[in-house]
Amino acid sequence: MALQGTCREVGEVAVVDFSGKITLGEGSAALRKTVRDLIDRGHRKILLNLADVDYIDSSGIGELVSAYTAVRTVSGEMKLLQLTRRVHDILQITRLFTVFDVQSDEDTAVRSFR
Amino acid sequence: MTVSPRLGMAPTAQRIEVTLETLLDSVDLAENIVMRVAEASGFDEDDVHKIGMAVREGVINAYNYGNQHDRRKKIHLTIELEPQRMIVHVVDQGRGFVLTEVPDPLAEENLLRTSGRGLFLMRAFMDELSVRPAAAGGAELIMAKKLPQTVSDNGRRQPE
Repeated sequence: MALQGTCREVGEVAVVDFSGKITLGEGSAALRKTVRDLIDRGHRKILLNLADVDYIDSSGIGELVSAYTAVRTVSGEMKLLQLTRRVHDILQITRLFTVFDVQSDEDTAVRSFR
Repeated sequence: MTVSPRLGMAPTAQRIEVTLETLLDSVDLAENIVMRVAEASGFDEDDVHKIGMAVREGVINAYNYGNQHDRRKKIHLTIELEPQRMIVHVVDQGRGFVLTEVPDPLAEENLLRTSGRGLFLMRAFMDELSVRPAAAGGAELIMAKKLPQTVSDNGRRQPE
């Protein structure tokens, strides 16, 4: 299934509920566009809910890193919420757990933004 | 896509050859073909996923870096089932590369790179990974995973 993203705001935090696959092609492009649009609209606190993302490939990982870097470049914060087992495992073996702030509870995640 | 199955090359070996176009769709196609073969070969759901993803990364590598999106070039996928293991070859028509010269994506200085994790994932998900120059130029990625069960001479699967 192609990646779908639905944006909502919780206080100052833009939460994006993604579902589908973050893979080479449409999935990676959808993630890129969603995050770039949020940045362009002035959002600096972005939480990506990946609870319904069951697949990510190296292109998708690269896009997550690119999004993270783009948010940091504008002095913002991007965090990840509720990883599925497979996405969790991929981020773990690629050592990206040491880069991303990964949260399991939305309320806690929202409060954790500075 | 061209498919040419060659069965019975050796008493228990099976071989499937697929010629893929240098298209984005070929990535999903290769993954789906390999996952079906892996599933039929007795791998469990997790291993089927890992094999599919490893081959996906191999074909992405061929599409992006080997053939560099050149639609005149082909990607050759070969799946071999030996009695003890499944072997997958992905051959592109690019300039080739040396595995040891690929930067380590786990190195601190490479963690924020947006590419360069495909070969690492192939190695992580398969038991063996090697690269050699393809006969007609380009790179040949060879990855293998041990079968969960052995296959007897009559082709029936038996527990190890």
